[in-house]
Amino acid sequence: MRIRNPQSEIRNRLGYKMSQGILLFIEQRDGVLNRTSLEALVAAQGIASQTGEKVAAVVLGKSVSSVAAEIAAKKLEAVYTIEDDKLAEYTPDGYVSASKQAIEQLAPRLVIFSHTYQVRDFAPRLAAQLGKTFVTDCVGFRVDGGDVIFTRQVFQGKLNTDVRVISAPPALASFQAGSYRADKAEAGDSPCPINALSVNLSDTQIRTQPEAKFQEAKQAVDLTQAPLIVAVGRGIKSQENIELVQKLADALGAEIAASRPICDNEWLPMDRQIGSSGQTVAPKLYLAVGISGAIQHVVGMKNSQTIVAINKDPEAPIFDIADYGIVGDLFEIVPALTAEVLKVKSES
Amino acid sequence: MNIVVCLKQVPKKDSILRIGGDQKWIDYRDISYEMSEADAYALEEALRQKEKHGGEVIVISLGPERVRQSIKEALAKGADRAIHLQDPLFDSATDADGIARAIAAALKDEKYDLIFTGLQSDDYGFAQVGLIIAERLGLPSATIVMEVQPEDAAVRVKRELESGWFQWVKMSMPALLTIQSGINQLRYATLKGIMAAKKKEIREVKAADLGLTAEDLKPGQVVDRAYLPEKTKRTEIIEGKPSEAAAKLVEKLRFEARVF
Repeated sequence: MRIRNPQSEIRNRLGYKMSQGILLFIEQRDGVLNRTSLEALVAAQGIASQTGEKVAAVVLGKSVSSVAAEIAAKKLEAVYTIEDDKLAEYTPDGYVSASKQAIEQLAPRLVIFSHTYQVRDFAPRLAAQLGKTFVTDCVGFRVDGGDVIFTRQVFQGKLNTDVRVISAPPALASFQAGSYRADKAEAGDSPCPINALSVNLSDTQIRTQPEAKFQEAKQAVDLTQAPLIVAVGRGIKSQENIELVQKLADALGAEIAASRPICDNEWLPMDRQIGSSGQTVAPKLYLAVGISGAIQHVVGMKNSQTIVAINKDPEAPIFDIADYGIVGDLFEIVPALTAEVLKVKSES
Repeated sequence: MNIVVCLKQVPKKDSILRIGGDQKWIDYRDISYEMSEADAYALEEALRQKEKHGGEVIVISLGPERVRQSIKEALAKGADRAIHLQDPLFDSATDADGIARAIAAALKDEKYDLIFTGLQSDDYGFAQVGLIIAERLGLPSATIVMEVQPEDAAVRVKRELESGWFQWVKMSMPALLTIQSGINQLRYATLKGIMAAKKKEIREVKAADLGLTAEDLKPGQVVDRAYLPEKTKRTEIIEGKPSEAAAKLVEKLRFEARVF
């Protein structure tokens, strides 16, 4: 990137020729921008504002002009487009090859992604081909004397770690969905330039053949529209016990939802699943019963207005995001709660 | 069809985690271990494929002596043999790159059609080791796989995408697949399986056997500090007997949160 930053040249402790700036990978599908790319943009802009660097974006696909124009309205140095027939359908080989050439041409110091399923499918291969380190699934950052320190959750969100890159730039980093708010992305004073980047994919061998995407079953319930949700997790122990939670949901007039293990066991249908592989919801009330709060679940519900957690484990990560918590045996608490709700409703 | 399964042993899900004295990771004292969940599903999928198509299931795991317990569990469930990468030098492989480099080196001379890993581990959760192994061994790959259908020299897999979308992807074998949790029903080891496992080979491999030095395994990223997450919200814990707690909660939901 044509960004000079003498300060970071001095700061480079490793003695390598300093790469410059931040390159943001924009994800699109069929010409539609993935919203989580804007969240990653907020992280990139935040880092840049503290290091005095600039952010450029790159977008890949067969025809990406509308996505490029949309993203060019943001505060960016430039948007680079890579358009090629071989990128019409996402494949790891095509994306690795194109992104690798982009990174080599633009020589950024840091490459930022959103931690989507697509990024998970190709970016580790890209990092390995570049021989660079990749800090995945970050939820935050801070800048320490020119170094970016990334915050990563480990043990499924039970602990946080501060991670420092100690290898030569560029480093790659991905941010977890929901770590930043897309509407906080800074707009530019005027649209930034859009430049076509020329890469050569003619020799790139695409080894995987993707078929058409599909949805398993027609979504019978749209949980995103439900104002009240009662969700059930592993703590419920058996299918027969789901009825306990259903009664509470009925008493409240809420929809019942579940974490992944419940749907994997087919105790509730797939369309009731909340989380990264299910639906993302933000109801007025999210009452989590026997749900520990693994990241994959939390990303699907953490923006709920009021979160209540009932769990026997006081250390369960769900309590970190709950407004109200009851620590105890759900088999005692849920029936008591159902009775109380029914009582209050009959009185009012 | 021969399938390699990469297994990782991790602290049990319900472990109470304490920060270690150096503030860089957890204190491993009083921790008990289990196979990382997604890896257990990867193993199960490999065993089911073997039952359908024949061949051999080889498990490979990197870690200290305690890891043998998880390896033995895999052998008792029906894996045929195991490779255990055990060496103090491997302790310095603390990022995905170092771990993948060691595993890829150990698999260089193996004959396999598929390599399975879990989609990510329950401890570090890098979600990278599988793909770096694929890159190092020159294999095509697919991640977050829900179904595996071998077809002659190719494999067709169902990938999970986000928000309830899926996609079938086909590639030639050998290939590497990262397996999603919950794609099958896990089996338990039988007594017969446990007895049979005693005769199965667990080959120990040292870093020197792979020509790897500490320099080769040096991480590109390190943990500066490990800590309990700061609460983003102030959680009000409601105490009391179930009926009392229920009454208090309902009152708060009605008058503070005003949700009904």
